[in-house]
Amino acid sequence: MADNIKVTIDNITIEVPMGTTILEAARKIGGDVAPPTMCYYSKLKGSGGKCRTCLVEVSKGSEKDPRPMPKLVASCRTGVMDGMEVKSMTSEKVIDARKGVTEFLLLNHPLDCPVCDQAGECDLQNLGYDHGNAGTRYDYDRRAFEPEDIGPYIQLHMNRCIMCFRCVFTADQLTDTREHGILDRGDHARISTCISKALDNDFIGNVIDVCPVGALTDKTFRFKNRVWFTKPVDAHRNCSNPKCCGEVRLWMRGEEVFRVTARKDEWGEVANASNGETGWICNECRFEKKETKDWVIEGPTKVNRHSVIAQGHYAGKVGTAKQPVLIDKVIGKAPKLTLDIHDVSGVNKPSYHLDQIEGPAHSDDFK
Amino acid sequence: MKLLLENAHIEGIRYYEAYRKHGGYRSVEKALKMTPDEIVEEVKKSGLRGRGGAGFPTGMKWSFLAKPEGVPRHLVCNADESEPGTFKDRYLMEFLPHLLIEGLIVSSFALGSNATYIYIRGEYAWIPDILEQAIAEAKNNGWLGKNIQNSGFDCEIYVQRGGGAYICGEETALIESLEGKRGNPRIKPPFPAVQGLWMRPTVVNNVETLAAVVPIINMGGEEYGKLGVGRSTGTKLMSACGNLNKPGVYEIPFDLTVEEFIFSDEYCGGIPNGKRLKACIPGGSSVPILPANLLLKDAKGNTRQMNYESLAEGGFATGSMLGSGGFIVLDEDQCVVRHTMSLARFYNHESCGQCSPCREGTGWMYKILKSIEYGKGRMEDIDLLWDIQRRIEGNTICPLGDAAAWPVAAAIRHFRDEFEWHVLHPEEAQTRNYGLAHYADPREVVAG
Repeated sequence: MADNIKVTIDNITIEVPMGTTILEAARKIGGDVAPPTMCYYSKLKGSGGKCRTCLVEVSKGSEKDPRPMPKLVASCRTGVMDGMEVKSMTSEKVIDARKGVTEFLLLNHPLDCPVCDQAGECDLQNLGYDHGNAGTRYDYDRRAFEPEDIGPYIQLHMNRCIMCFRCVFTADQLTDTREHGILDRGDHARISTCISKALDNDFIGNVIDVCPVGALTDKTFRFKNRVWFTKPVDAHRNCSNPKCCGEVRLWMRGEEVFRVTARKDEWGEVANASNGETGWICNECRFEKKETKDWVIEGPTKVNRHSVIAQGHYAGKVGTAKQPVLIDKVIGKAPKLTLDIHDVSGVNKPSYHLDQIEGPAHSDDFK
Repeated sequence: MKLLLENAHIEGIRYYEAYRKHGGYRSVEKALKMTPDEIVEEVKKSGLRGRGGAGFPTGMKWSFLAKPEGVPRHLVCNADESEPGTFKDRYLMEFLPHLLIEGLIVSSFALGSNATYIYIRGEYAWIPDILEQAIAEAKNNGWLGKNIQNSGFDCEIYVQRGGGAYICGEETALIESLEGKRGNPRIKPPFPAVQGLWMRPTVVNNVETLAAVVPIINMGGEEYGKLGVGRSTGTKLMSACGNLNKPGVYEIPFDLTVEEFIFSDEYCGGIPNGKRLKACIPGGSSVPILPANLLLKDAKGNTRQMNYESLAEGGFATGSMLGSGGFIVLDEDQCVVRHTMSLARFYNHESCGQCSPCREGTGWMYKILKSIEYGKGRMEDIDLLWDIQRRIEGNTICPLGDAAAWPVAAAIRHFRDEFEWHVLHPEEAQTRNYGLAHYADPREVVAG
């Protein structure tokens, strides 16, 4: 591929097409090299840049202009250049900035995880475990909002919101009319419907899937179960809505279907359906079909994220990685999850082993 | 030497007849005989730097403007002057509206903008009327509209009122607001010079910058470039306020010393009631505050002058910035903690809420400063404040995060024992409204 360019992230070089963002390139490498994201969502146009958890240090701008970038940059919105060198988890500055952002995000978060339906699959929880401190240095009242009812399906907990704007983008891009948006500004900005009282669009249920925290949760699942007690099962049905792919994930306990969500990929985003398009699902599939007879069961989901749901049953890439090599590359920090670069890079050939290469791996080594 | 405010004292200069009689619109006549590229070249030669705060060379900014075939370009005048302590643009627009219009016509011609916008802050409620009247007068006399002075160039100027948000002074937030959206800064790149207003190439300039184009064209870029010191060319409007005998808007040459600006009768006339100088924010609320000893002379002992380089001498450790020219002076009775708290409250209120460090961090800093000011602070709070500002600075989408972090950082850096005094004397801190006088300049200064 002629227009591929080389980019080095945490001493690992890969080739990506021109126009790729640093974050997407890092995700190709995978593991902890990929910066955490709270607001960026690859399936939503215009998302990203807001939460600042994906900040990385660019230590070399490009082959042509090797100057480092003066500030940390948001990797989700910065494109790669040929010969760019990026430090993600190998940079003390980045780790410190992420710690700061995590603290800021948790500042006004109620930390009501014990009663939150998102607990166990919450991006903020994961971020807190990875980059947060044990205690808080904030000893003032946390921000609180008046509860607001936004319809029969979706529960809004504004106190938990971290203002990622994902739900606004989702409603904008998936549905014809958007009934909610951001009101006010600064630390009292909030998600609200303003005029219309309910979110009742056919596809509005997808805002639950994109919400990184428990601000938007499923009312039909509210307080019914904890996600780690339910077992994810892939299933599909012939949905009458032409825009709905009908491919879902059922969260079951015994024979009972507790919850229906879209299928998610390893980055916690709604995965592509078999027709190649993003697998958004309609409200009918999500909220109405809660019987096993409604669905054709495909089998249990392979879980490979480090959420509590995945406890004890990692599948696929995890565990097969060449641990010592990667640890060496990321200056002694043991990544919790490491992936084999051969699994994820479309360019590199899988017949090479990383531990046979001296020094930082480079795409030349894989020819 | 005055370039912008030379005619400000003339009666009726706000109206077209008087303005034209005193040499108004000469620069348009001259510019229309030149090519747009020649005008950009003149501005480049003049070394004019953006007067809105960052001091980026205007000619260079103009030359970055993308010029794709068949896509309209826009010039936007940033009159959303909301920085606490800065009010120079208001003076200019209120008393010399035609100077701005004239600068806008020349700049529009140079940049090829047929629709030019003035985005003015909502609180300046009476100024849009003045500007609109000036635009109507200019139009009636053939300086705006179709085929200006038979040159074949069309230009319209529209005045847009803002809703009163500080953040809309940031150029991409201003563009969003102008498009009718929520005034959230965009994530750069793409820069406005490539995709700005309605995704078209756009230049956003400050009022004073655009007004300064008029003398540049009249006297030639090279002549203009000879004025001033080093890379600070021309003249600058300063809005002085605080504990001064004669606060107001002054046009200064860049070789003026800070001491002369504060104490001479020609300018601010010294500090009232025989008080001594304690500290000063030389360029609008977001630049670092400087104590008296570092303000008049820099750390190397050189006399500080009122220009971009001299005020920035020593970096943020011992220097500050010229910024937008909002010169705020504090006398020996003023409390730096209280002052910093009120700035933190401002930035907390004005944060747009888009990115997390600024949204959460500004509120946190305000709460800590408030507790210190009201005698509930702890020693570790001072270090915590330092830590918070460090993690906001540079990690946000737009410069508002930096603007919120710098004043807090500088206050702790230079006035740490005033913070400590507040922590150690909680009861006194609650009842009295002033800080430690021992930072004040020890010279005897007699009230003017």
